[in-house]
Amino acid sequence: MSANLQRRQFISLSTVLAGLVATAGPLAPFLSEEAWAREVRSLNDAQAATLVAMMRTIAPHDGLEEEAYRLVSRAVESMIGGDEGLRALVGGGLDALGPHFASQAEPERVAALRAIQDGPFFKFVRVQTLFNLYGSPIAYAHFGYEGEAFSKGGYLTRGFDSLDWLPDVPLEDSGPNPARAGR
Amino acid sequence: MATIAHDDSDAVVIIGSGAGGGTLAHELTRRGIRVVLLEAGTRQSLQSFSQNPGEAFGQLTWLDPRTTSGTHTVLQDYPTLPSWTAMTVGGTTVHWTAVALRVQASETRARTVYGAVDGASLIDWPVDYKELEHYYDLAEKRMVVTRTHGNPGLPASAHFKVMYHGARRIGYKRVHTGHLAINSQPADGRGMCIQQGFCVQGCKTGAKWSTLYTEIPKAEATGHLDLRSGCRATRIEHGADGRANAVVYRDKDGVEQRQKARIVCVACNSIETARLLLLSDSAKFPHGLANSTDQVGRNYTRHTAGFIWGAFEKPVHFWRGTTLAGIVEDEIPHNPKRGFAGGYHLELAALDLPSLPLAGFPSTLWGRDFGYMMDHYDRLAGMLINGEDMPMATNRVTLSSTVRDRFGLPVGHLHLDEHPNDAAMRAHAQRQGRAIYDAVGALRTAVSRQTPAAHNMGTARMSLRPEDGVVNGHGRAHDVPNLFVSDGSALSTAGSANPTLTIVALALRQADFIAKEMSARNL
Repeated sequence: MSANLQRRQFISLSTVLAGLVATAGPLAPFLSEEAWAREVRSLNDAQAATLVAMMRTIAPHDGLEEEAYRLVSRAVESMIGGDEGLRALVGGGLDALGPHFASQAEPERVAALRAIQDGPFFKFVRVQTLFNLYGSPIAYAHFGYEGEAFSKGGYLTRGFDSLDWLPDVPLEDSGPNPARAGR
Repeated sequence: MATIAHDDSDAVVIIGSGAGGGTLAHELTRRGIRVVLLEAGTRQSLQSFSQNPGEAFGQLTWLDPRTTSGTHTVLQDYPTLPSWTAMTVGGTTVHWTAVALRVQASETRARTVYGAVDGASLIDWPVDYKELEHYYDLAEKRMVVTRTHGNPGLPASAHFKVMYHGARRIGYKRVHTGHLAINSQPADGRGMCIQQGFCVQGCKTGAKWSTLYTEIPKAEATGHLDLRSGCRATRIEHGADGRANAVVYRDKDGVEQRQKARIVCVACNSIETARLLLLSDSAKFPHGLANSTDQVGRNYTRHTAGFIWGAFEKPVHFWRGTTLAGIVEDEIPHNPKRGFAGGYHLELAALDLPSLPLAGFPSTLWGRDFGYMMDHYDRLAGMLINGEDMPMATNRVTLSSTVRDRFGLPVGHLHLDEHPNDAAMRAHAQRQGRAIYDAVGALRTAVSRQTPAAHNMGTARMSLRPEDGVVNGHGRAHDVPNLFVSDGSALSTAGSANPTLTIVALALRQADFIAKEMSARNL
């Protein structure tokens, strides 16, 4: 991926993240848009690889490109920034999973994570994974989510009622479709 | 728009501009009564509503922290957001899904009809249901509710087809596209629904009723409303006579102001309403205003809630179309044979892609089972349980002993345990919901646990006796004759209906009462 494209993705993702982070309440101060746009490395390579493997175990999507997970991992690194407490939590948690976590078979990775799922490290990584992974343009494309439709006139004429594997609903239990009026 | 002087002691001060406060402001100002409307949030518009789900959430939501205690799973699944309330002009009517349902007559007599339920603090409403019905009619007409008063229903979406046929196949009879305060055709100077699916981000067509662009502009047009947005009320003061006489607040620059008042109406959504009363302690009311019987903040109810998801083989595209345009009404009536008191609705529900993972599933669901559901994102159908929640005196809002807001005031603390009745009801509803999806060929189903409450009720409830609640049947404080509660806090019990229509109906009724008492010089 070219440096330019990478940067553009960071920036478009940062817009998504700025909104999502507002939902994180106490986590919000950890990540500003500026912090995100800079590439901050706060984990070593082994830790970063373990983090990506952990995210893939929490939210496994075989067809979803690795880059989607790497972006989330970088978001977490940016969030850690200079926060030593957070670095200890995340770095320490990743180290404790061991150097071979990323190369372990999935059932072993799941078992390792089940054992720590009630602790603060797992909770933090899970929330960050879910917050960040599905808000990215890569995820929208992958999962087929079309997003807002106001700018296109809504879904009224763009398939809100198109489903051919069940019969229509009788009028008395629904209502007239304005898009079909006069037909 | 009026400008009312800070020392004008003839003004009615309403705190909060949502369903209750916004409606009340319109009803009083159209009678020529001057109103100061304080709103902590900023004013958005159809143009400014963000279409980025995360950003929209930040734009409309009360994000100040709250502390929690208790054993409820909602505290584990949503630690930073046990309750989802709004902070914006229009309040929760900006982010609501516009489900406009009536509380049932039997639900307003919960204690009598259900009998004593262990651990629950049920009471009957001190309101005549016939009278309430009259105000429901007025509210439905004003809000242009579908399938009432000749308003057509919304058309069936692909998503609703799945719910409809599943529900019919397992024998449900009362299944339709819902009673929604959303224009199915142009009305009230507002356009019709174009099936955007972005209801909770703020409806950019204005087809969905919100006080932001209905009641509030109408109140402004009377020339009697002074709306002050970005203003956070911090204390209600009273005189030696025990009557409320001023509201202290921080203006948009953080500067402390004091607005004198003839009458004070609190409509800040249950947690903040209780918090404001508790913050307003004095020598006369050492435990908080209107709290002589230690009832402020108690009996906090939400609805028994939770998502049910079905994954199908073929596309549903559930994000296309009005978010909650579908309902099953067969489980509303109280029927103890099901093993719990009260009843519930099943309501169609979709979530946008970024919100579904955290909002739609329990924190314990991760890995392949979670991935499977997300992989079927375009083939999912969803519904939300909305059922009566048992009030408990110990489910309670108090002031936090550890966390303060930016003005140095303790934030609200929420204690929450689950009543066994709620768990039994949810389990029943989850079984029924899964059966609905199985009946139309679901590959797999999944459920959430309790979701963050967008419906917050009961913390200043209406009661006949002061020892059972905070306000009387008109929302007037038992302790303070010119202090009113005008939001969902006043609901005596939760019922199974989404609360907004009831809040509006009670606000219309309260406005009649206040206006009458003012002209009789009793207030």
